[in-house]
Amino acid sequence: MADSAYISSSDDDRKFTLNFGPQHPAAHGVLRMIMDLDGEVVERIDSHVGLLHRGTEKLLEYKTYLQGLPYFDRLDYVAPMNQEHAWCLAIERMLGLEVPRRASFIRVLYSEIGRILSHMLNITTQAMDCGALAPITWGFEEREVLIGFYERASGSRMHSAYFRPGGVHQDLPPDLLDDIMHFCSRFPDAIAHIEGLITENRIFKQRNVDIGVVDEKMIMEWGFSGVMVRGSGLAWDLRRSQPYEIYDEIPGDVFKVVVGNNGDNYDRYVCRMEEMLISCDIMKWCIENMPEGEVLLAGSKVSPPRRGDMKRSMEALIHHFKLYTEGFHVPEGEVYACVEAPKGEFGVYLVSDGTNRPYRAKIRAPGYPHLAAMDHLCKGHMLADVSAILGSLDIVFGEIDR
Amino acid sequence: MSAFIQEHGLLFGWLTVIGQILLFTVVLLLSLAFLLLMDRKVWAAVMMRKGPNVVGPFGLLQSFADFGKFLLKEIIIPAGANKTVFLLAPILSLTLAFAAWAVIPVAPGWVVADLNVGILYLFAVSSLGVYGIIMGGWASNSKYPFLGSLRSAAQMVSYEVSIGLIIITVILLVGSMNLSEIANNQSGGFWTWHLFSFNNILLFPVMVVVFVMFFISALAETNRPPFDLPEAESELVAGYQVEYSSTPYLLFMIGEYLNIVLMCSMMTLLFLGGWHGPIPFGEEFVSNFPVWMVNLGHLAWFMAKTVFFFFLFALVKAVVPRYRYDQLMRLGWKIFLPTSLAAVFLVAGYVVYAGVQA
Repeated sequence: MADSAYISSSDDDRKFTLNFGPQHPAAHGVLRMIMDLDGEVVERIDSHVGLLHRGTEKLLEYKTYLQGLPYFDRLDYVAPMNQEHAWCLAIERMLGLEVPRRASFIRVLYSEIGRILSHMLNITTQAMDCGALAPITWGFEEREVLIGFYERASGSRMHSAYFRPGGVHQDLPPDLLDDIMHFCSRFPDAIAHIEGLITENRIFKQRNVDIGVVDEKMIMEWGFSGVMVRGSGLAWDLRRSQPYEIYDEIPGDVFKVVVGNNGDNYDRYVCRMEEMLISCDIMKWCIENMPEGEVLLAGSKVSPPRRGDMKRSMEALIHHFKLYTEGFHVPEGEVYACVEAPKGEFGVYLVSDGTNRPYRAKIRAPGYPHLAAMDHLCKGHMLADVSAILGSLDIVFGEIDR
Repeated sequence: MSAFIQEHGLLFGWLTVIGQILLFTVVLLLSLAFLLLMDRKVWAAVMMRKGPNVVGPFGLLQSFADFGKFLLKEIIIPAGANKTVFLLAPILSLTLAFAAWAVIPVAPGWVVADLNVGILYLFAVSSLGVYGIIMGGWASNSKYPFLGSLRSAAQMVSYEVSIGLIIITVILLVGSMNLSEIANNQSGGFWTWHLFSFNNILLFPVMVVVFVMFFISALAETNRPPFDLPEAESELVAGYQVEYSSTPYLLFMIGEYLNIVLMCSMMTLLFLGGWHGPIPFGEEFVSNFPVWMVNLGHLAWFMAKTVFFFFLFALVKAVVPRYRYDQLMRLGWKIFLPTSLAAVFLVAGYVVYAGVQA
């Protein structure tokens, strides 16, 4: 370069160290990677995380269980309710609570909405990482509608805090189910539009087929989950293998586990595309079979009393006050609860000492092991492939840095 | 030009020439402002956005607002940069982009310099354009621009080879390197345009392939998607332009778009009949009209075709993903080069044995 002092005096002049991020447009947030390049071929990638670290796990130790819940919206902020789900499941298992059936259906419905939210963002940004800039706005058009459903259920578009231990916060407003049903009926067309632009596109295929191949050995060694596993042909889906809520009731022709063949970027892309359609089917099934009834355990210590009761009953008023100040106590013990989040296995390892606050809450974010394998995945690929691989890993820094 | 000067005397001749150049430049820049807007609007439409719509009606004045913004911003020169080369690069880019336009005839006789080797000049000047990018990337003393400029050096050189061979096919058909003559060779309606070549029907399939290759090579030559590797956003942030801001960036930008429009007008001249309308009629009717009036009509055809190609450029940018570096090279050297070479042989054979009146 311009000044010879800037060139290192190593023997191998072809070597090049490049700092990728944290303000790089393809860094998916605040990822920083130190890349050793030989020409344009990647020799080593050193991923640096922590630029979005907010100390979520430590914060959780200082909040009541209910106060801790909204922090989970801020982990994978692309599909907030899926994270809340894991937290609620962990608490419910500790307390031995049975969620009302309607609440279970609503949770599944919104988990699948979250899956579409996340996959939609991911496939379009993957296309963007390969240079196709148009699909992302098409995808956001649909995401916008789904975020609207979030808002109508919880009052918030993103940080919804809708799932609660013992059910969901409030019942769905009238007409919402009809509108979601309407969305589900036209959603496949929207997918078809995006598919028409990128799925069979020769350049997109050239950029993604056989790039970032993941095999079974790698999956085991690096602890992959979610689409990273299914893309390689292994039908591993927690919704099927360790069913929670009502996933075991969904008939097999509605809920199919999509698997790929080669485990490359392209298969993962196709898997996500298909999974969105299947999520759409699951949503339809949930709406068709949605039972009536309670959505939050009535008369339990984790749920607030009815407003009417509070006006008449002293006990109810005290319970309300205690619930929102002291919170509820969880018996001593430890539990691991996980859900099939859009990005993979999202788990919460909860240790309780019997007080109203968790003793320790360890969050297992699916993106973390995926990102850890970046060096392994990218070695020998070219610089342009790095962003394509990064796109197909489905990285969100909210959950990786926690 | 020299004939013109001899005719009108030294002073008046020179003044007229300078006036012509100024007029050409101003018109070109003004059209560019709106073409830029069109580029953004097309892109926005594909993305289901509205695009610029605040400055002026339908955002018509957006480019002028941007122009003002770029002029008023501070020029930031990186500490480690080679200042001279850093500032020289965008100026070079812009100057060369303008210089190439000197030989482009926009209507019969409406050309700044009617060179008899016009197309050779065009080829030479557009080849020099790569220097601006390489200098800019090198002088920034930063890694992303450096990688970007390396890529562009390889890319533009590779695709120039096939562009050169494609141009040879046209030269063979016309028998002249003068752009006005090339355009006039296609004066008999759309069936004589080189793209269709219905008057030499055997050449039709060859010329269509050649044209498609020229279009794609033009995309690569001007660093447009899917060949925008020198400024690939998801890899190199903005490639050679990373360290540029304010006016130097503006110069790069104008240079880039001038080159794009230049390629569009080259396609118009070489393959789509230049300023000639698709069906030759009314020549008797306009024969009494003053020349400038007739020429305005020709200019309109020329601009319409150029804008059409520019529209295609904008559309391509909106829909395609980006090639990887090695794939781009493979396409250039392993597919385009042999194909265009074969086209040269076919056309040459046809010209020799079937006899084309040049």
